[in-house]
Amino acid sequence: MNKFWIIFWHTFTTKIKAKSFIVSTVIMMVLVLGATNMAKFIQYFEDKKGPETIGVVDESGEYYTALKQQLSVQKADFKVTKAESEASAGNQEAKDKISGYLLINEDGQGLPSGVYKSETISDSTISSQLQSALQQVKGLQATQKLNLKQDQIASLYEPVQFDIVPLKKDAKTQEELNQARGLVYIILFVIYFSVLMYGNMIAMEVAQEKTSRVMEILVSSVSPVKQMFAKIFGIALLSISQLALFFIVGYASFKKNLDSIRESGIPFFNFDELPVATIFYGILFAILGYFLYATLAAFLGSLVSRVEDLQQTIGPMTWLVVIGFTLAMFGLGDPELSFIKIMSFIPFFSPMLMFLRVGMLEIPIWEVLLSVGLLIVTIIVLAIFGARVYKGGVLLYGKSSSFKDIKKALSQN
Amino acid sequence: MVLEINNVSKHFGDFKAVKSLSFTIPEKEMFGFLGGNGAGKTTTFRMILGLLKPTTGEILWDGKKIDYSTSPLIGYLPEERGLYPKLKVKDQIVYLARLRGMDKTLALKELEYWLTRFKVPEYMNKKVEELSKGNQQKIQVIASIIHKPKLLILDEPFSGLDPVNVELLKEAIMELREKGTTIVFSSHRMEHVEELCENLCIMHKGSPVVFGSLKEIKRSFGKKNLSIHADFDLSFLKDFPGVVKAKATSEGITLQISGEEAARPILNDIVSKGFIRKFEIEEPSLNDIFIEKVGAAYE
Repeated sequence: MNKFWIIFWHTFTTKIKAKSFIVSTVIMMVLVLGATNMAKFIQYFEDKKGPETIGVVDESGEYYTALKQQLSVQKADFKVTKAESEASAGNQEAKDKISGYLLINEDGQGLPSGVYKSETISDSTISSQLQSALQQVKGLQATQKLNLKQDQIASLYEPVQFDIVPLKKDAKTQEELNQARGLVYIILFVIYFSVLMYGNMIAMEVAQEKTSRVMEILVSSVSPVKQMFAKIFGIALLSISQLALFFIVGYASFKKNLDSIRESGIPFFNFDELPVATIFYGILFAILGYFLYATLAAFLGSLVSRVEDLQQTIGPMTWLVVIGFTLAMFGLGDPELSFIKIMSFIPFFSPMLMFLRVGMLEIPIWEVLLSVGLLIVTIIVLAIFGARVYKGGVLLYGKSSSFKDIKKALSQN
Repeated sequence: MVLEINNVSKHFGDFKAVKSLSFTIPEKEMFGFLGGNGAGKTTTFRMILGLLKPTTGEILWDGKKIDYSTSPLIGYLPEERGLYPKLKVKDQIVYLARLRGMDKTLALKELEYWLTRFKVPEYMNKKVEELSKGNQQKIQVIASIIHKPKLLILDEPFSGLDPVNVELLKEAIMELREKGTTIVFSSHRMEHVEELCENLCIMHKGSPVVFGSLKEIKRSFGKKNLSIHADFDLSFLKDFPGVVKAKATSEGITLQISGEEAARPILNDIVSKGFIRKFEIEEPSLNDIFIEKVGAAYE
């Protein structure tokens, strides 16, 4: 068998059998299952507790019924009960029969005002729902005082119709954009995660071989360039297997929980109509991003003499990834910024930023091709340069001062 | 298959690691490569292996340059020992052997043979980090010879081994030579070189200071050692004509003399002074030659 494949399979099998890899895969899997079952968990705990009850102290006796009506219109997730006085409400609260109480007072103009008291005020949904219900009650009261007819009141309260229509042809509608944002967010995170994690894995692998001095035997039997690429591809297969596993588990679990997720009202995109183009670009940019950073990581790893120095040496690479991701997160809100557009052509950021733009906007195909072309050229240049550094670097031992070492490594050839 | 090193130099920037080195090692020969620390031994080995390109000159094996196509014929034991600490001996050796072009089943069979021969068959499924340093060394030696190389380069093969294991390893190396392997090895232990090599080279600061066959080197060194045991004080001998160096021992004195002819007047002088239990002229040891040649170059 060709030596490339021997190293390729060796890298893959030793890594996949490593305890650390298995443990981290299991942890990630639990997280994925947890995230997709989130709605169920929330429901489970909510159901157990049952809806909370809020006491209402209405001394005038005029508002309680109206308030209760309003709350049921709003589909509030708590019940209300009438309390005689603040003292008795306080009493009930102390016995945990109610979670809090609302005092309704009437001012001089015959309009209601409210004070909500509760042990803690961390649950802002209850207070805001109470507030908006009371607001409605107050509005009704005020309009009644003006002797408006019922249908006049109704038209007053009818929400204004407000639509957003993009003028550009085939631009995404607001709804589509929101859907795209969810998917792009997830894929961006996958790109970020895989570039950082698998890049680190490669750098670590190279640095470990170098520090354990196996490297010298390896370079005497296989050319460093072949070694470097066999490793990059071996870890690529590993990453694809791991990500595929996460995806399959996540997708299956998501499908199973689809109903409860819909019920819970957690905003999410529709998995039934996956935008194929976005997924395709996601995979394309993830792969290109991986190769770009993997090549960089391999040659940076080859410069290190001690594993302890590794983090310092690959620091600049990590920063590039983090900056790219931060820009992408920023761009999720406003992908049309010209700053984002310019940065999406710069190879170290383009895997995330061009993907963001292509996923969120309708951009001319030449922009995508240009960005992909630049990325591929950079990968090739980096691979050639990296292979030269790697060849010299793996035999170089001593104190790492990283960037001087690149020159030194090149002069070894 | 002859290894030829023709006028090879290697410079790293301004630093000249190896300066115009030339020698030829015939087939089935065991060649000793000596030198102090930083003499250029490892650099020379790396050039022979094709890991470093010589600045000038060329290295030919069997008339061809050594590159990755010849790697199945070459074995290398680097000076800095290293194996994957977390891998089992079996996986490790099989992986390295396959990279030298060996078949998996054959590699396993050979590994079993060598582990038994080195008296550690139980290490097959152990992780390398669980072994002692000397035992790791054995595993590393196996990795360098398992594919029956035609050219074997051993950088300090005996360091870290106890005398019993040194013997086991020597036997294995001699057997390989019998079967036609050309072996180049470096060592700080002169007695190993004296025992194993017909030809050798002592390097100092990138240049060969002594070169040739062991016998030739010793003969041309000229000086002899004279060991005397007697009941009376011998220290006056250090000023005797023909005496180069003197070193007191527990039972007498060891002198370095300019030649055999210088011994006779000494004997004539001391024979009248008392009883002499030992008077022996010895060949200089390689150790003496090394210290003198490399030491002189230091001065």
